[in-house]
Amino acid sequence: MDLEFTPVETEFRAEARAWLEANVPGEPLPSGDTREGFAAHLEWERRLFDAQWAVVSWPREYGGREATLFEWLIFEEEYYRAGAPSRVTQNGIFLLAPTVFEFGTQIQKDTLLPRMAAAEDLWCQGWSEPDAGSDLAGIKARATKVDGGWVLDGQKTWTTRGAFSTHLFGLFRSDPEAERHRGLTYFLVPLDADGVTVHGVDRLDGDEGFAEVFFDAAFVPDDAVLGGIGDGWKVAMSTTGSERGLTLRSPGRFIATATRLVDLWRRSGETAEPGLRDDLVRGWIDAQAYRLFTYATVSDMVATARPMGVESSLNKIFWSEMDVALHETALALLGADAELDAGSPHASDGGAWMKGYQFALAGPIYAGTNEIQRNVVAERVLGLPRK
Amino acid sequence: MRFRFTDEQLELRDAVRDLLANECPASVVRAAWEGDMSGPDKVWAGLCDMGVVGLMATEAHGGLGLSDLDLTLILTEVGRAAAPGPLVETAVVAVPLLEKIGGSVAETWVPRVAQGESRVAVGLPGESLVLDASGADLLLLWHGDALHAVDPAEVSITVETSVDRSRRGGRVAWEPGPQPLAVGEEGRRLLDAALERAALGTAAMLLGLGRHLLDVTVTYATDRHQFGVPIGSQQAIKHKLADVAVALAFAEPLVHRAAYSLARGPALVDESARETTAVHVSMAKAAAGDAAELAARHALQCHGAIGYSFEHDLHLWMKRVWALAAAYGDARMHRERIARAIL
Repeated sequence: MDLEFTPVETEFRAEARAWLEANVPGEPLPSGDTREGFAAHLEWERRLFDAQWAVVSWPREYGGREATLFEWLIFEEEYYRAGAPSRVTQNGIFLLAPTVFEFGTQIQKDTLLPRMAAAEDLWCQGWSEPDAGSDLAGIKARATKVDGGWVLDGQKTWTTRGAFSTHLFGLFRSDPEAERHRGLTYFLVPLDADGVTVHGVDRLDGDEGFAEVFFDAAFVPDDAVLGGIGDGWKVAMSTTGSERGLTLRSPGRFIATATRLVDLWRRSGETAEPGLRDDLVRGWIDAQAYRLFTYATVSDMVATARPMGVESSLNKIFWSEMDVALHETALALLGADAELDAGSPHASDGGAWMKGYQFALAGPIYAGTNEIQRNVVAERVLGLPRK
Repeated sequence: MRFRFTDEQLELRDAVRDLLANECPASVVRAAWEGDMSGPDKVWAGLCDMGVVGLMATEAHGGLGLSDLDLTLILTEVGRAAAPGPLVETAVVAVPLLEKIGGSVAETWVPRVAQGESRVAVGLPGESLVLDASGADLLLLWHGDALHAVDPAEVSITVETSVDRSRRGGRVAWEPGPQPLAVGEEGRRLLDAALERAALGTAAMLLGLGRHLLDVTVTYATDRHQFGVPIGSQQAIKHKLADVAVALAFAEPLVHRAAYSLARGPALVDESARETTAVHVSMAKAAAGDAAELAARHALQCHGAIGYSFEHDLHLWMKRVWALAAAYGDARMHRERIARAIL
């Protein structure tokens, strides 16, 4: 065991920190889940890409710097420490890209990845449907084979930032005879294709962060298939591993939240309710535990050359509930001021805690509800019998 | 960066696990409750033979010259088996303490303790009992900042009754002699180190106790049928046990990091906070204690009435959890210690 960073890792951290300190906007950008905010975030994404910080772990030819997994974790710690803008490209670079690296053809890699890294193509995820949420295998959207490609019909919903994206990756039923997990295929769809309609939908916090996407005889060519025809479930599950596990919510995010919470406590000083000390320390320990768990997981992945395993479900339960708890403690610290929302003149930290609380509440729902994750842990980690 | 144990450390853990699987079934724990210590004595001899008791002793004193980091996985195995005996107090606290004092005290006692020829008991301020004080050949006791080596013949012991009857010990009434082993600043430093080590060793044991409680409950929930199906196929059971798995999984790296910090100095420090080894130990003890208590609570609930019976073995592990979660600072005490450091 060696818990020191190598000189190379330390140098990498220093370089990332210096660039972020010089470049992160002084004022927080407007929410990336609004039209105006999304545009501002795109500008930021392109700045990151130009400086080669957009996709640090990717190969150089696709815009990365071939960082190791540990360096990626270090970059993320620095990114959140610097208070840098949220990544509106994350569904592409963190969720789709690992799947493209694993299942994509050379041509797909060469055409998709550089544009994704440069924030020229903006990807959203088309999985949920009105009747297929937790029961994702209930997907009804269809793909029908025609000459030279496929025709898509059906509806996707709760598509994050769908209204601002240019492309969608999603699951469609390509074999109408097959049921459940079989007969699904993973498609890559440009949202400006004929027959595709996108409607923005407001989220709980009022931002237009959701969309529903309708497909009415939309044609896509054969090379829009990622992985094998009928292999969609397997291909998609590799994405959910990324989403629940390492790439969607890196430890740096929660370390930064816990640090801001400690700062809020110090500012609240004598007025803070003493009973909140225990809650605050619990949250702080949890953020540290998540970081250490991730370092141990990555150490094991590196040592045994294995991918992320079922620990991604343990992870997802832990970070999503920690995030809610950290924000609950912050709101309790704010007392009556907790209700002052973004834009209110006396809102503490610009209303960031109430905004963050509402976002945190989505965590136990998206990427597979925590109830589903608990079933996965019980059955695949503990070996309890299926229903 | 390599947050992973070496193959040698894992092999030693496995060897200890095998020893305990053979020598320390639940019947041995239960017999210890009745005062029959022949089983635990055999386990102790086995641990001495493997070098576990003297693991932190220098090679000159018949030890392995290893560290807290090497011991932590072993303590988790000992917790898993609920093996009775003061392993934390002896191997983790007393041996390094005697080594630190050095001189003839170390030369006399460390080899004997490591080989199991002598027993040493340690009394730390704030604890409700001195574990195995009655059978000890040497008592290490603090009087304020002064550490004394005390002859058991010179003390009077009031036996206390732990909820875990396999934990035997009592309060020791004694008069400090004229020649303490350490005083003042040095005594205080040794006491702090002893408290950190006791808390961390106990946290490692709690992880193992929690793992065992989770494992036996998974087995029970798979075998036990109601309404024509295994109760473990019901989400109400699954979700409780998933919560235990999560709590244990995230307590574990805190324990391992604290062991590393004790062995080599504070590691992976969050630069925004004033973190010390003591803070790392407190994080480990708080998280492991809470996780093991959750494991105990859910294990009992999932077992139902059978788990509430004295005849069933479950309570042997649960009561050890209650005792150890409270020993060397409970979770709230440790979180308050963290609060004072970081806020």
